[in-house]
Amino acid sequence: MKKHTLSVMVENEPGVLSRVVGLFSGRGFNIYSLNVAPTLEKGVSMMTIVAEGDDQIIEQIVKQLRKLVPTIKVKDLTDLKSVDREMVLLKVNAEDSKRAEILRIVDIFRCKVVDVSVDELTLEVTGDQGKISPLVHLLTRFGIKEIARSGNVAMQRSMQFDL
Amino acid sequence: MKLTGAQILLKCLEKEGVDVMFGFPGGAVIDIYDAIPKSSVEHILVRHEQGAIHAADGYARATGLVGVCLVTSGPGATNAVTGIATAYMDSIPVVIFTGQVPRVLIGNDAFQEVDIVGITRPCTKHNYLVQNIEELAGTIKQAFYLARSGRPGPVLVDLPKDLMSQVTEFKYPEEVKMRSYNPTSKPHIGQVRKVVKLLKKAKKPLIYSGGGVISSGSHEELTWLGRQLNIPVTSTLMGLGAFPGDDDLFLGMLGMHGTYAANMAVNNCDLLLAVGARFDDRVTGKVDTFAPNATIVHIDIDPTSIQKNVSVHVPLVADCKSALAALKKETEATLGDFDWFGSHKAWVDQVQTWGIEHPLTYDDSSDTIKPQYVVEKIYEITKGDAIIATEVGQNQMWAAQFYKYTKPNTLLTSGGLGTMGYGFPAAMGAQRAFPDKLVIDIAGDGSIQMCIQEMMTVVCNKLPVKIVILNNGYLGMVRQWQELFYEKNYCETCLDAQPDFVKLAEAYGADGYRVTEKKDVESTLREAFASDKPVIIDIRVEREENVYPMVPAGASLTEMLLV
Repeated sequence: MKKHTLSVMVENEPGVLSRVVGLFSGRGFNIYSLNVAPTLEKGVSMMTIVAEGDDQIIEQIVKQLRKLVPTIKVKDLTDLKSVDREMVLLKVNAEDSKRAEILRIVDIFRCKVVDVSVDELTLEVTGDQGKISPLVHLLTRFGIKEIARSGNVAMQRSMQFDL
Repeated sequence: MKLTGAQILLKCLEKEGVDVMFGFPGGAVIDIYDAIPKSSVEHILVRHEQGAIHAADGYARATGLVGVCLVTSGPGATNAVTGIATAYMDSIPVVIFTGQVPRVLIGNDAFQEVDIVGITRPCTKHNYLVQNIEELAGTIKQAFYLARSGRPGPVLVDLPKDLMSQVTEFKYPEEVKMRSYNPTSKPHIGQVRKVVKLLKKAKKPLIYSGGGVISSGSHEELTWLGRQLNIPVTSTLMGLGAFPGDDDLFLGMLGMHGTYAANMAVNNCDLLLAVGARFDDRVTGKVDTFAPNATIVHIDIDPTSIQKNVSVHVPLVADCKSALAALKKETEATLGDFDWFGSHKAWVDQVQTWGIEHPLTYDDSSDTIKPQYVVEKIYEITKGDAIIATEVGQNQMWAAQFYKYTKPNTLLTSGGLGTMGYGFPAAMGAQRAFPDKLVIDIAGDGSIQMCIQEMMTVVCNKLPVKIVILNNGYLGMVRQWQELFYEKNYCETCLDAQPDFVKLAEAYGADGYRVTEKKDVESTLREAFASDKPVIIDIRVEREENVYPMVPAGASLTEMLLV
């Protein structure tokens, strides 16, 4: 089972999200993350869905997504060269004694401090999973009080070079 | 011209060529009913919304047109859900109009409110809640287009009550354009040529034909291919009638209750040409051992059907009609220089030998009436020139096995969902479409009671449907499983308490007959079929007769239990 990133372009109409999500839940599959937002074209939204499944399950889901009436385009980015990013907000315990080290980590990971109080720091970080997972791991020992994640957004790279 | 929402709805139906709809009124649709008398669309009042949707479905299956059904909000809509799911599973074009509470009340738990769009999302091809009177006509146009194009299916349109009395300019769109919906219909010619090559190379080809052949109207192309290329044909339940059932190349149905010849042919063929079929578990048995020696070609309009259950070597995504026509065109040129007949002769002989060794049969030596005997008599009397509807269970399987369907659209049966109570209202819809045809519902004593209330509808609309009840006093198919796999623990399948079906028919104003002697079967059927009234014929058949052959669930097709 591997994670697949699907990019789904849909008509932005009421109920379209439940139609898409229903395809997964109706087959007992879980969605790992889901991001929806409008595109430049009026009435069209882009969804980025990360889901787990073997190849046959994903092939079936991609076909089912294409079959939905409001779906315009479906792309499985998993085997393509693509850029994917997630934005995360983290509220971390930061008493005076810990603050310096947290700020060093912020620096190393190129995070931003977006809110501050006497004993907390709220950080904003953007990156792929290779950046986010270690950061979350490193910050856990200070105590992460809250976390909000956008879910992946992804886009196929313009040039598909094999390196 | 300014019209109300209700008038627009009816005008749209007229524009779509709808001559009849089946429905049941209620508060949320009262404005529509107010406008019906001034419309050319006939409304048939059913006695339960399940009857309305099945009737629309039966009408659609018998005619190939889109069936239409109109029900009110809340319970009216939920009562139709079983029928919507039935049509969805069998890819039947139906448009369902449901009333909805006024827009200001939506989401307020108003009286008779239900989120029917949410409820039917997984069992419709698409559905709509119309939010704006300006969108009404365009939505209806789309609904009909979606229902009948591509892989057909039910489309539901939910109509808030306040929209139905609003007034706007009526303009029916000339055409439908949807950037997100463009079903593929033409086959890839490279794939077609690949199939022709495979057909030439094959020594043991087999056509496995399904409901898609009927819904695309490609029975002639299929029959041509089978006969001209000398390829035996087996069919799913949904496909019966596409290839003539009395042809020597026809092996009967395959799968759980398929014939010995058909299942052996699947197991031994070297090329399986699946056309408009979807490798349902009732057809394949154990998937790993299905058609183990075959290269599989799969023609289907729906890409999701391909590679879903069985891995396919040559997929061909297209409308069956254009795919088979392309195959015909490509092979027609070869008829002169390639010996199709000789190439497949040994195989056809082999397959036919299997048919002779183990034909469909039953023990007819006793005096009791065998249900198979009744179905055979129905075939003899009608000479195959009737529309047969079935309920679900043993009656359905015997109707599929012992009646030879020679024309498409003559068998109406709930294949995918297996809905008891389907047959009678479906027969009613078909009878409305073809008033002069003999329409027979082959029923069981269990399933007929699930929509029996439509007796009133057929009587008052003079729809002379003939119901033949194969009455064994059991929910027979479940009892058969209990006998074979649950040590005869006949828990809750014995229906020895049942109504007097003859009196019941008479109470509704129909004719009723009861047959308890084998000698009376034929004469009673003849008399009943000649009647111009709806009829119930209650035939007391052998109580514990089983449907054979039978492949136990999950077993391979060759592991058949024979008579």
